[in-house]
Amino acid sequence: MKEAALGGLLIGLGAAMMLVLHGRIAGIAGILGGIVRPTRGDLSWRVAFILGMVAGGVGLYLYRPAWFEAGITRSPLILVGAGLLVGVGTRLANGCTSGHGLCGVARFSSRSLVATGVFMAVAAAVVFLVNHVLGGAL
Amino acid sequence: MKSPLVAFTSGLLFSVGLVISGMVRPAKIIAFLDFGGRWDPSLAFVMAAGVAVLIVAARLAPRLPMLSSDGIDGQLVGGAVLFGLGWGLAGYCPGPAVVAFATGQRNALWFFPSMILGMAIYRAIAGRYRDETGAAAVDSASA
Repeated sequence: MKEAALGGLLIGLGAAMMLVLHGRIAGIAGILGGIVRPTRGDLSWRVAFILGMVAGGVGLYLYRPAWFEAGITRSPLILVGAGLLVGVGTRLANGCTSGHGLCGVARFSSRSLVATGVFMAVAAAVVFLVNHVLGGAL
Repeated sequence: MKSPLVAFTSGLLFSVGLVISGMVRPAKIIAFLDFGGRWDPSLAFVMAAGVAVLIVAARLAPRLPMLSSDGIDGQLVGGAVLFGLGWGLAGYCPGPAVVAFATGQRNALWFFPSMILGMAIYRAIAGRYRDETGAAAVDSASA
């Protein structure tokens, strides 16, 4: 669990930097949403954040590609459908695992607590269905 | 201290944390969500650590974005349901999807553009654009 705690600490630190120094929520869905539909003067920090994410990811990938193995197979149809669901859902809910699950929960936002509970429960139900009813393949 | 370097560094720390904790691997996420199977509690530790840091940060932050004044409405719950469906199917949420796509993971090559398309579809359909990242708080304060 050391990697999990350390990783969580770094994720928290990255989000904390944005909160303390920029007064912004590091909700990735929101950051991407603001790139998909940009407002003037509100774009550069979003792009910079995403570029930072890419830099970190690519750097570590060159160092340890094994850390990136998906470990599951899904058909393109399922992946496209899942992507659409996440894209629409996170915008509708105005947040994702980082926006609601981390930043919102840390602020004891009731909206975020509810949203997080709902998407966790639904995701767990889907996984149960896939792994224990449908045999794990999709 | 608004600078692109702050945002860049924040994103860097964020993604390094995602990778180190294994959160960019759908198998690990699904193992956490698989309460009926061999449960992997990693995500719980990741989120606990992240939330702990952010609770402190929220106390230190000189300016916090306004929390949404919307109640717990159908959009919130409906959106969370849709998000949960997609996340449970693919094991990706937006952050890991960015990193996985950028490093050319096959699943993400299908997932990430579809996610962006979903966001664009939402934008096209929804008349009102809500932003939870703090910009809306600034805009509405100056309106």
